[in-house]
Formats: sequence, C-alpha cells, structure tokens
Amino acid sequence: MLYRTAGQFKTSYEADHALFPVRQDAFLLGFVLVLAFVVFPLFASEFTFRALLIPVLIYSLAALGLNILTGYAGQLSLGTGAFMGVGAYACYKLVTIFPELNIALAILFSGFFSAAIGVVFGLPSLRIKGFYLAIATLAAQFFLVWLFQKWGWLYNYNASGAIQVPNIEMFGITVAGPLASAATQYYFVLCFVVLMTVFAINLTRGRIGRMWKAVRDMDIAAELVGINLMKAKLLAFFVSSYIVGVAGALFVFLWRGAAEANLFDIPLSFRVLFIAIIGGLGSILGNYLGAILIVALPVVIGAVPELFGMSISSATVEHLNVMIIGALIIAFLIVEPHGLARLWAVIREKLILWPFPH
Amino acid sequence: MNPRPDPAQLAAPDDGIAAGQVLLEVKNVSLAFGGVKAITDVSFDVVKGEIRAIIGPNGAGKTSMLNVINGFYTPQQGTIVFRGRQRRAMKPHEAVGQGIARTFQNVALFKGMSTLDNIMAGRSVMMKAGIGWQLLWHGRALAEEIAHRQTVEEIIDFLEIQHIRHTPVGKLPYGLQKRVELGRALAMEPSLLLLDEPMAGMNLEEKEDMSRFIIDVNQQRGTTIALIEHDMGVVMDLSDRVVVLDYGKKIADGTPDEVKNDQAVIDAYLGVPH
Repeated sequence: MLYRTAGQFKTSYEADHALFPVRQDAFLLGFVLVLAFVVFPLFASEFTFRALLIPVLIYSLAALGLNILTGYAGQLSLGTGAFMGVGAYACYKLVTIFPELNIALAILFSGFFSAAIGVVFGLPSLRIKGFYLAIATLAAQFFLVWLFQKWGWLYNYNASGAIQVPNIEMFGITVAGPLASAATQYYFVLCFVVLMTVFAINLTRGRIGRMWKAVRDMDIAAELVGINLMKAKLLAFFVSSYIVGVAGALFVFLWRGAAEANLFDIPLSFRVLFIAIIGGLGSILGNYLGAILIVALPVVIGAVPELFGMSISSATVEHLNVMIIGALIIAFLIVEPHGLARLWAVIREKLILWPFPH
Repeated sequence: MNPRPDPAQLAAPDDGIAAGQVLLEVKNVSLAFGGVKAITDVSFDVVKGEIRAIIGPNGAGKTSMLNVINGFYTPQQGTIVFRGRQRRAMKPHEAVGQGIARTFQNVALFKGMSTLDNIMAGRSVMMKAGIGWQLLWHGRALAEEIAHRQTVEEIIDFLEIQHIRHTPVGKLPYGLQKRVELGRALAMEPSLLLLDEPMAGMNLEEKEDMSRFIIDVNQQRGTTIALIEHDMGVVMDLSDRVVVLDYGKKIADGTPDEVKNDQAVIDAYLGVPH
C-alpha cells in the first residue's frame, strides 16, 4: 500500500532509465536528505556530530570506494586503509606546500594521488584473481604504512611523526583544525559524500558500471563482448582509490584532526571491508546502512546503560560492544549474506504487495 | 503484442563483402597444445549469408576451431582471412571490433546482471561517451544510453524475452539463458556469428524455438552464422553447408546431403569394423 507501484507507467526509455523509476523511492530519499541537511544539524549536539554523524558519513564514503572495486568490479582489496592514508598524507602535503589552496580543492586533488598509487598496486590484478589478489593488495597495505612511518618528508619531519591539521579557513569560515565547529564540518563532509555518491551512482548504472560487472561475473565473456579487461580493471582501481583517498583526507582533516601512520593500518582496512560486506557488495545504498551499523551501533550501545541509570565501567561497555557487534555481524551474514541492502530490497518488494498476499 | 521489428532495421552491418562471396577463409590451420594436436591442417571457408555447421564426434577440435576463429587461440600454422584481410595475432577483445560475436557451449552470461544489462553489455564497444558525461549522466552519455536501449529493445522483441527484461539472468531457466546469450551476441551486430552448441541440453520445444531464431537471424538480418551442434536433425535442416572434423582433421565438407552419405563421416560416427 505504502509502496504501491501500480499506475506508475513509463512511456519513454528516459523515464525507465530515471534514477527512481518508482516514485516512492524518490520521496524516501528526499526525506533522508531533509533529515541529513536540516533536521540533524538542528538537534544534534557536538558529541553526536563528532561521534556519530561525521564518522558514519566518512566511513560510508570509504566503503563506497571499496565497493566499486570489490562489489562492482570483483577485485578483492585489503589495502583500503593504506589508500585512505595516501589521501590523507597527500592532502597534508598539499596544504603545507600551498597554504593558499582551497581546502575543498586540496581534498579533491589528494584523491588523485591515491588513485595513481591504487592503479600501480592494481597492476597485479591483470594476472591474478581472488585471494591471491587480496594478498597483493595486502602488500600495498604493509608497504604504504611503513612508508608513512619512515619517510619524514610526508609528515614534515616533525618530532612526533604524526600529522596535525592546522586551522584552515574556506570563504572566511574555519572548516578544519581545532577551531572548526562540528556543524560546519558535518555540512562540509555531507556535501562531499552527496557529490561522490551521485557520481558513483551515475558511473555504476551506465556503460562503465556494466563493464565492471561483466568483468566481475564472467571475465572471459567480458573479453569476448569487446571489453578490454586491463582498462576495465585499472579504471576500477583508479575510481575506487580516488574515492577512498578523498575519504581518507576527510577522515583526518574533518574528523580526527591528527593522525599517525598506524591509524591507517590493517584494522582500518578490515573495518571498511566489514562495512562494505555487511552493507552489501555491489550496492551503493549498502555502504550507508553498513556504516550506520558498524559505526553508530557502538555509540548507541554505549549510551544504553546510562539511559537506564546503570553505571557500568567504560571497559565493560567496550567489551560488551565488541561482543554484541561481533554477534550481530555473524547473525546478519547468516540471515542475509548479501547484506543489508538486499534486506532492504526484500522488504521493499514485500511493501509493494502489502497488505495483499499477491 | 508488439509488432515484429522491421527486418531492414535489423540488417547486419555492411562489411564490404557481397552476398555469396567468401567472408572467412581458414587456410591450413594447425593448432597444438604441447604434444596434443587439436587441429591439423584444416581448411574451409564461410560464405557471406550462409549457415555453416561444424560437426564432429567429441574431441574433434570443433570448439578449438571456433576459438581460433575468434582470436582466443593463435594457430601455430596456417592463415585466417576475414573480410578480405589476413588476420594477425590479436587479443580476444579485438574480435568484436572486427565483427565476430559468439555464444558459449556452457552459458557464459553475466549472472548478477539483468537480461537488459547483459544485452546492453554487448554494445559496450559501440558506446563512446567519455567518463565526464558518464559522471553527470547527462548529455551524450544519456543520449547514447537511450539510443542503444532502443536497439536492445528491438533485439528483446525479436527474441521474445520482454517479460524477463529486468530479471537477473542467474535466476532464469537454461533455455532462456541461451536465448539471452544469443541476444547479447546479436547486440554486437556481428558480420559473423559463432554459435557453440546453441541447442545443448534443450528439450524439443526449446530446440525448435532456437532453430527458428537462428533461421530468422540469418534470413532477416542477413547475418552469416557458423555453428557447432551435435543434434544431427537440427544441423541437417538448418545449415547450408557442413564441415566435418574428426581427430582435428577435416574429413568432409559439403551440403548436408553430401556429408550424410560420405563414407568417412559414417565411419567416424559409427565406427569401422576391425
């Protein structure tokens, strides 16, 4: 009833190729965007911004990048964390070398650095697949983190070995650094995420997306319909690493404020991979659902004991967190191995028919 | 019910070869994998506009022959002349550009994609809009997408698979998957269509449907077809000429009637008394 599609006829291919062939989907997205752009900023506290909203957005973006590579083009990667690091360090260097450069541009440029590195480490994908490729990207992970530690030029030879985000203004408003307000940073990140998402949707539903999915599903047949495997795979590495790099730059500049090399180590890669898998490989929506689950749930769980007036030590909360999240991940993967996005698709199918059985 | 698409609209692209002229010539081709000789000194030709069957017992080298024709294998000896030009060593993805499309013995569709997307993927090479337009989903990219969608819909109408347009092909029954695969090959607008056992594993009704589509493709679009098939009834009815391979060697070549009565062919299929 809520999702009735009857009576929505399409009379042209343009209409059938629209982003939302079903009107209710467009309403739903509109609602979510109003929430994100208007409602949340009105009511959110500083803590909600920093612990919930901003990290969810940034992790979604990183998972989106990984999903293009793994979910769409079928190339498994374990180096996401390191590619985020490349984006972050590139942005840091750009900002220190060109202090006048607009921060938004600096972040967009820094994506190209990680894209280039991604393509280099994507070269093995031309010869190897699956687990073996995952090991090759793991090499990238270890090598790059080692480089972040050892190459002093990257962190301007400062004694701590960490990068510190200075106060950066854009159009007179401080957007990054210790003085920036959380709401400003939230809007900044939100705009980036929306922009990248639109681009990702457009890429994945057109010729390039079909090319990637063809490579993923049956590479021999893809070759025989005239798809150049080398170009398709390297393009996937490029686009994926670009988005991941931008996410990495946002991660440090708009959220953490400072970073050491080991921040980009393998736990970060796995975190992003979990988000992509739990959200649903080969889906755009899944990245957001996955990020909400993985990032927001611990915060919610941490807040529950207080709600009931119980005082549990923070260490216990931490342990509970790990246990509950772990159990949830296993449960989700058993109930719906194709991720939350598929779960939503099933619910949506049901809603189209509801309340009638047929 | 949609009207049948206008055949003139679906005509095979002009490849500079007049009907009745030789489109593909295979000359003295030999192919070996290490010590295993898959094909030995085979020559035959395919004339524009005909349906050419390649038959032979299991392991005769039929599929290897098809793989040689579409550039998957490079033969150690011999030459291939396609559309009047001698073939140099090439990558498989270049075959489409030359006008060769094929289907596979075991269906090789993109399982996670819908029927529509599978057939659209067949037109990847013809789509030229740059990544900039793709990012914006506007202007050239959108116009191109719509134009190709139109052509693909004609193929969907032609193959009578409108009802499964948006179904992921992994969920389709085998017979329909074969039909979608034919659709994907047709979307490439080939001047030579290679079909590797298009009827394998089908029941009688599905075979009859498929035969009808093959004949329609040949007659309405004028597409030249080379096919491998084990069902002799189908082969003899469909094809204009038949080449018979056995142990990688050509043992007969001619019209279905000639081949049927050839002693070497009868021996290959039925065996000889020792």
